Amino acid sequence: MARSTPPSRRHALTGSRIRERRLALGMKQGDLAERVGVSASYLNLIEHNKRRIGGKLLLDLARAMEVEPARLSDGMDASLSDMVHAAAGAGLPALGPPAELDRIEEFAGRFPGWIGIIAAQQKRIADLEAAVEGLRDRLAHDPVLAGAMHEMLSTVAAIRSTSDILVREPDLEAVWRGRFHRNLHEEAERLSDNATALLRHFERQGARTDLVSTPQERVEAAFDAAGHHFPAIEAGGVASVAEVIEGMEGLDAGAARLARDRLTRYAEDAARLPLGPFLAAAAAVDFNPEALIGMGGGDVALVLRRLASLPEGGAEGVPGFGLAICDAAGALIFRRRIPAFSVPRYGAGCALWPLYGALARPMVPDLAVLEQPDGARFRAWAVAAPVGATGFGAQPVMQAVMLLRAVPEDEALAQGPRPVGPGCEMCPREECAARRG
Amino acid sequence: MKGRVLLVEDEVNIFEAISFILSRDGWEVHGHGNGATALAEIARQAPDVLVLDVMLPGRSGLDILRDLRRDAATADLPVLMLTAKGQTKDRDLALALGANAYLTKPFSNAEMVATLRDVAGAS
Repeated sequence: MARSTPPSRRHALTGSRIRERRLALGMKQGDLAERVGVSASYLNLIEHNKRRIGGKLLLDLARAMEVEPARLSDGMDASLSDMVHAAAGAGLPALGPPAELDRIEEFAGRFPGWIGIIAAQQKRIADLEAAVEGLRDRLAHDPVLAGAMHEMLSTVAAIRSTSDILVREPDLEAVWRGRFHRNLHEEAERLSDNATALLRHFERQGARTDLVSTPQERVEAAFDAAGHHFPAIEAGGVASVAEVIEGMEGLDAGAARLARDRLTRYAEDAARLPLGPFLAAAAAVDFNPEALIGMGGGDVALVLRRLASLPEGGAEGVPGFGLAICDAAGALIFRRRIPAFSVPRYGAGCALWPLYGALARPMVPDLAVLEQPDGARFRAWAVAAPVGATGFGAQPVMQAVMLLRAVPEDEALAQGPRPVGPGCEMCPREECAARRG
Repeated sequence: MKGRVLLVEDEVNIFEAISFILSRDGWEVHGHGNGATALAEIARQAPDVLVLDVMLPGRSGLDILRDLRRDAATADLPVLMLTAKGQTKDRDLALALGANAYLTKPFSNAEMVATLRDVAGAS
């Protein structure tokens, strides 16, 4: 999991960065000291982090070494630092000695260009891993592939049995021989059609870079592109849904219908919990859903959905949320992805997620800290509730909603986290009692 | 004649091939291609042994097997299940539900004949 350099350590390393920058420029300590009006011995103490530095002297040193003051005081950008730490801690066998983790700041100070390349490569690796996971998920659950494979196996079974008869029965009556020849021809044609259709399917997938194919995936991709936040609907309500859909790329008719349903729900949620007051209230309680239930009139699912629709970052520091919604059959009907918490594209997720437990206890909110097999932890709030109109004698349509938020690595937990996985097809927890097959 | 076989299989060409080889082996073979009406056909025909495909239109072969085992009249009917290669879960479930044996498609004719004889207790 990503780590950030603690502020105290950043400060302590300011001297090291000054020294590295000076050495990179080939300047003598005495020359630099003279240019900023301090003694060489004092600069030496600063460079070895034995004197704190700030204010005018830091600005003078930065100016003398032609570098942004922030580069000396803050070190490398926090996101770059996280990327480089992630690269060092990726668990790959080193080709040489292990990475000198305690000298990352020094490395960054001397070779900012290389740091950028390492960070970019780390991001690329993470993106490719996500793509591979998506492909693996698709192969395991793709209904088109599963159907095609069943068709091909049936065809091959017919061809094998029929050809075996033709070979092993030399005295076969003419009427049977003719019938089996016709059957063989039919099955060969069918096999050819199936193989061609399967190839077309893979070619279509191969031509895509986003691995998106179903209407649900296209809608989720459009939501991802918008950051799951739609200012036009926040301002204009349901009347703006059509305009937002028109601006979405890659939607066919089916996906557009699905998007309309999702965005109409979004607009209804926004009308019940308007952005301004809700964002302010959420920021005041560190975006904790439990503290916002009252604002939602007791509708927990509404609060969870609304938190997942807030604009990430910003002045209020909205955290990155993940969201999963399933129907009463457990089928995942909407997802907002969050890094390190994989939610399958097809098939079921992990039976131990509160999302599914909530279905067994409608209207009872649940909270748990979940731990993925790689150690990443997430706080999960879940509830199941009926959607749409209900009435006496009517069967309610139930949906469960689960909101996810990453738990900081150093946060102490009152009790141990619940070990979960990304769904059995991709989960390495072989001994799990909830494992399917 | 070794006995009456009911082959519940919706793929016509597979049915014709299996029907032919089982007939040559001395069985009286009847066929049915719809899962939804299979139980009624089984009751009507009262076969000595049943060959049952898992993937059927109308109703899964596994559901049909489950009902057969719950009915005293068919609880002991010898059943040979046909599953697709790679569908380990179908195979395991079939055995758990009380299938006497299974064959995975694509199978050889010799395997079919030998397994059916074994399931039916015929020689």
